[in-house]
Amino acid sequence: MLDQPQRQGLTLAWKAGDDMRASNGSGDPNDKARRFRDAALPHLDDVYTLARYLLRNGADAEDAVQECYLRGLRHFDTYRGPAMKPWLFAILRNVCRSEFMRRSGVALAIDGQAEEDEDAVPLWQEAPVSPEAEMLRQWDAKTIRRLVEDLPDPFREMIVLREINDLSYSEIADVVGVPIGTVMSRLARARSMLRKAWIAEEGPST
Amino acid sequence: MTCAESEVLLHALLDGELDAGHAREVETHLETCPRCARHLVAYRELQQAMPAAQLRFTAPMSLRRRIETALPAARTSTSSRRSVLKGFAMGSALSAAMAATLVVAVIRTDHDQRVLGDVVSAHVRSLQGEHLTDVQTSDQHTVKPWFNGKVDVAPPVVDLTAQGFRLIGGRLDYLDGKAVASIVYRRRMHVINLFIAQAAPSEPQGRKIDKIQGFNIRRWNAQGFEFWAVSDIDAAELQEFVEKFDAASHPASGA
Repeated sequence: MLDQPQRQGLTLAWKAGDDMRASNGSGDPNDKARRFRDAALPHLDDVYTLARYLLRNGADAEDAVQECYLRGLRHFDTYRGPAMKPWLFAILRNVCRSEFMRRSGVALAIDGQAEEDEDAVPLWQEAPVSPEAEMLRQWDAKTIRRLVEDLPDPFREMIVLREINDLSYSEIADVVGVPIGTVMSRLARARSMLRKAWIAEEGPST
Repeated sequence: MTCAESEVLLHALLDGELDAGHAREVETHLETCPRCARHLVAYRELQQAMPAAQLRFTAPMSLRRRIETALPAARTSTSSRRSVLKGFAMGSALSAAMAATLVVAVIRTDHDQRVLGDVVSAHVRSLQGEHLTDVQTSDQHTVKPWFNGKVDVAPPVVDLTAQGFRLIGGRLDYLDGKAVASIVYRRRMHVINLFIAQAAPSEPQGRKIDKIQGFNIRRWNAQGFEFWAVSDIDAAELQEFVEKFDAASHPASGA
């Protein structure tokens, strides 16, 4: 059940070999768990937020986050840095994909077919972002969250990783397991979609 | 730069992910293209209208407790977070690549890759014009002292003429913002630049040969130094060079 395709395995190895300051493997299990806890728990809200956006459901998100932390503890031996948060994100993504999607039958299109969508229409041929005069209306938090939640999977997570978590492009590339060029084009498209949805939310103005 | 490229790269500009040179390229395009300039304004506005705090969820207390229970007792300390490297490692090669295709997947990401790009650039620079060596001599005992006071290391300099790699001199160069020593060797018609810097404490050990713009680069750590050998000779020959250099620069470990 926890079988993972190769790419996930690579993500979990997380640049193993780059940096061998692995003290994680030694010591007693309690010490390891304590260190994991100290390193990982401060990111709970961020991990939960990503889960909420990936799964669009509070209860599923809670289960996924709990599984992510348990898995993180198990894999803590292989953690080589650099940063804990992207590492947890990568695990969370795997959890969401390998278990919850299959169980609930909800398609989580964060991989694979996204590419086709991306290439379907070149970005610069899409309907242009509206003219300069159009000011974006400031929505309340609930509406903003919904607009982001309504984005298609691969684009939604770009917004979450970049705008909420301020991850660098290279960190996003590591988490998602795609080249930086793909991160850039997905992010460009995600923002384009979000802006359109944002303006459409206002409805036909007179 | 075309609008198609700008359309994607202006996001990288917005996010502070472009290095100075490429940021300037995008900005130059924006100055001459009102349409792309409007896009930049529009996306900046979007970012501002969407503060992260409004998007964030807070984990329910029950979840926090569940996880805390599953993990051992509390001990508060903050995790160290690596300062995230900003800025793309776009070597000079990218301008050409960018003109050819929008696929920016060739962008090398992390710091190591950026340094590799620097290594190639420095190598190429050394082959242009008349600045291959600052001190031109095949005498290793002339090259080594020449670096005194110029770089913060006393680089190992060995003559490998007998092994097929002729020492032709040394040069001061810059990598990753630091002055480094470059020892220059020649193999037939090919030049090998060997860059030497002080090794950072936790530098990863590169074992493989990278290839960038047709140049082979071999990086390794030894004796507290960090080495990059770069040349257009083939990978096997470069590997041979590295082995010969290693053997000659510290004959019999501990000696």
